[in-house]
Amino acid sequence: MDPEFTAYPLRQLADAGLQRARQLGAGYADFRAERIRGQRIRLSDGSLETQFDSDDLGLAVRVVVDGTWGFASAVDMTSEAAARAAADAVDVARVAAAISTERIELATEPAHGEVTWLSAYDVDPFDVPVAEKIALLSGWSRQLLDADGVNHVDASLYQVKECKFYTDGSTTALQQRVRVHPSVTAVAVSADGRFETMRTLAPPAGRGYEYLAGTGWNFAAELGEIPSLLAEKMAAPSVEARRYDLVIDPSNLFLTIHESIGHATELDRALGYEAAYAGTSFATFDKLGTLQYGSPIMHVIGDRTTEHGLATIGYDDEGVAGQSWDLIAGGVLAGYQLDRRIAALKGLGRSNGCAFADSPSHMPIQRMANVSLQPAADGPSTAELIASVTDGIYVVGDKSWSIDMQRYNFQFTGQRFYRIRNGRLDGQVKDVAYQATTTDFWNSMEAVGGPQTYVLGGAFNCGKGQPGQVAPVSHGCPSVVMRGIRILNTVEEAGA
Amino acid sequence: MSAQSAELGPAPQELVERALAAAQSGECIAIADEGSNANLRWAGNSLTTNGVSRSRQLTIIAISRSGAEARVGVVSRAGVRSGQVPDLVAEAEHAATEATPSEDAQPLITPSDVLTGAASKWDDSPGATQIGVFAGFAENLGHAFAAAASAGRKLYGFAEHQLTSTYVGTSTGLRLRHDQPTGRLELNAKSADMTRSAWTGTGTRDFTDVDVAALEADLGQRLGWAERSLELPAGRYETLLPPTAVADLMLYMYWSAGAKDALDGRTVFSKPGGGTRIGEQLASLPVSLRSDPSAPGLECAPFVIAHASSRDSSVFDNGLPMAATDWIANGVLTALTQTRHTAQLSGHPVTPGIDNLLLTAPGATGSVADLVGRTSRGLLLTCLWYIREVDPQTLLLTGLTRDGVYLVENGEVTGAVNNFRFNESPVGMLSRITEVGGTVPTLPREWADYFTRAAMPPARVEGFNMSSVSQAS
Repeated sequence: MDPEFTAYPLRQLADAGLQRARQLGAGYADFRAERIRGQRIRLSDGSLETQFDSDDLGLAVRVVVDGTWGFASAVDMTSEAAARAAADAVDVARVAAAISTERIELATEPAHGEVTWLSAYDVDPFDVPVAEKIALLSGWSRQLLDADGVNHVDASLYQVKECKFYTDGSTTALQQRVRVHPSVTAVAVSADGRFETMRTLAPPAGRGYEYLAGTGWNFAAELGEIPSLLAEKMAAPSVEARRYDLVIDPSNLFLTIHESIGHATELDRALGYEAAYAGTSFATFDKLGTLQYGSPIMHVIGDRTTEHGLATIGYDDEGVAGQSWDLIAGGVLAGYQLDRRIAALKGLGRSNGCAFADSPSHMPIQRMANVSLQPAADGPSTAELIASVTDGIYVVGDKSWSIDMQRYNFQFTGQRFYRIRNGRLDGQVKDVAYQATTTDFWNSMEAVGGPQTYVLGGAFNCGKGQPGQVAPVSHGCPSVVMRGIRILNTVEEAGA
Repeated sequence: MSAQSAELGPAPQELVERALAAAQSGECIAIADEGSNANLRWAGNSLTTNGVSRSRQLTIIAISRSGAEARVGVVSRAGVRSGQVPDLVAEAEHAATEATPSEDAQPLITPSDVLTGAASKWDDSPGATQIGVFAGFAENLGHAFAAAASAGRKLYGFAEHQLTSTYVGTSTGLRLRHDQPTGRLELNAKSADMTRSAWTGTGTRDFTDVDVAALEADLGQRLGWAERSLELPAGRYETLLPPTAVADLMLYMYWSAGAKDALDGRTVFSKPGGGTRIGEQLASLPVSLRSDPSAPGLECAPFVIAHASSRDSSVFDNGLPMAATDWIANGVLTALTQTRHTAQLSGHPVTPGIDNLLLTAPGATGSVADLVGRTSRGLLLTCLWYIREVDPQTLLLTGLTRDGVYLVENGEVTGAVNNFRFNESPVGMLSRITEVGGTVPTLPREWADYFTRAAMPPARVEGFNMSSVSQAS
């Protein structure tokens, strides 16, 4: 646990804030202190372009006064600041009460007492000298630049260490988690001005610096393949736009899950609380238990417990213990992601622990859990899935994404696309995008791969809310087969 | 409901001076940002959240030179107290010792290079916004809630006002300060059954110029248009883009106009065989796309503020004065965003990115309604959403129409149609803009979290590519 963070008198600060809140009439109060460290390193063609260290520290008090939220934060880690924040939060709640029509009730959560939780990692990336990281990224860059056909290389590392102290009087949680995202992109430019890119598939992970050294991902192997993959992409024919059967690799499918299932099953969103901004959801509450979201082999869970998951945490920002639950079972909508307020609002019992604030100065909102498509026990390998397709495309790696404000119509591209003919890969094609409506897409899923195809992907930068907040989240999935999906030619779409 | 406690922290000028005094080796740049934010959010004709917050950030950029080489370390920390400044400087200096030489190294800007007006406010206390900035606006919003409710409509939306005072000091003696107010209103009206939706938005410096009643009335008219609905298939349509949609597309193009990537051969602005497309005719009409730090109502920082180097900015340029810049003039690409480093590589003038964007055409007048009146058959959009890059080679973008697509026939709106997914390149689109109206301030709906200072005309585009139908309503 970060000694600089724990050196602050966290319990004393909390006592000052919570006591003041109760004195002023708050029926409910919780206290949060956070230190969030970040580091970005980016190299261009092996030369250092960006090095930026950030360090955010502060405390926050959230209250419910006469059924209305109040929230205040402070940047000074003193008892006086904590007490003042509590008073401000109560004031805000009283002012807001006059124009708020919905009474805030919170779902009950068992008391967990004093708990400590650390994410699973071996090497704190902030303990590794910057010079070592630059040397590693530079070495990777130079390896690719030395290869034929690679004109430029971007290499980057983003790392975060998040320390949180939370208490509501019943649960007091001291937690720390670490995440890293290394990425390398090779660029090829032809003499006639065409260019293509090929990026590593290594997902961001809730791991330490050991990830870059090979624990959880084989960077050496992946980097070794990139020049030839890029060269093949440069020479690949442009795709014929029409419908194809798709085999989608986890490195691409995770993002489709994020957009078409993860956001669509946020209950605050389905109830309209994001209607003017991020939008709503076609998966409305009246469809719970009846909506045929996908084919019967579709089983999707939400969790905050998966080891190395980016949304994994011991206790959320409302003191709710991490859980795992069904979102889609047998292809039918089976559950939602909840925080304590939304769980109580709809009478769903206990929250499943999805409250998160991205900084001490933001109020927690319902944010995405790890949302993952389950593999088929004893299911087929990716090669076996490809063998089941006569005329199709194998989609690998994520790139462009977009979905409408009710999560119906989406369009994705990827890092590389392989033509499948008679059950075999037949070289790359390029200029590919796939486009579908969410329920059509998931109902076209004919097969899911076995556990051996399962990969935990994810992203650091999921946005939601106004003012905007950013959250990290993971999505695991196997390879899958989708039948009859519309493929676009992006050059034709551009009218070029 | 949120607030951030008022705290009397160290003055930002003091933090900057302490940092520069603490610098032990080489050169140093200190940037102190003192920020405040007030916001309101509402749904279903009722306030849902509100809050005020303050922030204090100190960024130290330590530079260690050896001959022509310069190594840079950057450390930024929130809520810094005076006593913590020497440690922060030491961290940055240590980071510089670990860094490799920076490709963008340049001499630091000196006081003789800068604008005296920016320096003269150095000693002033930082500004701050507060919830009171919404005093008149909130009252009018309450009236709008009542009007909407009586008309069977529901209002959703968000209002935000921020004020950031930035102090830039360098070991070369530079002392610059900039106050940046940024405000926006987004207003969304829905029919009671949620099947019809309309949106409008505006940027503002202080909310005194926001006419809520007029905006609400406009939304009411649009919901009225949608009482007749039609289904149209995907295809290429003559399309009227309102200023907000033009802004969203032009902004993405502007953000993609970095000289370094163009020189590397990896953007739509790269010239086959090397170099850039500067000098090439992009638009069929004699439009100009420009930025101007002193544009009335859209004023922004007149000098470079760079907390870290990136592909399109350089910490070495901190304090560099910025002037009005034409990116496109008379339809011809004239400049890309440049640091001093990339300007040396490209041989073009130094043209740093500026925080506003304006599209104009000589003699163009008329509103969206005027363009509608001159349309025999076409689509009128409200705004665009979830815009993402599909292909950098053509700068093909995808996204959705949102909150109202209307069919125009014989000069009149005749009903609402379904939403679409579009696939379009703003660069390719420039050659298919056949008419623009008068330029007006507008809020880019998609990018308003990052960019609010825009002025755009409505535009008529031939063959706008509606790639597929979206069921979203």
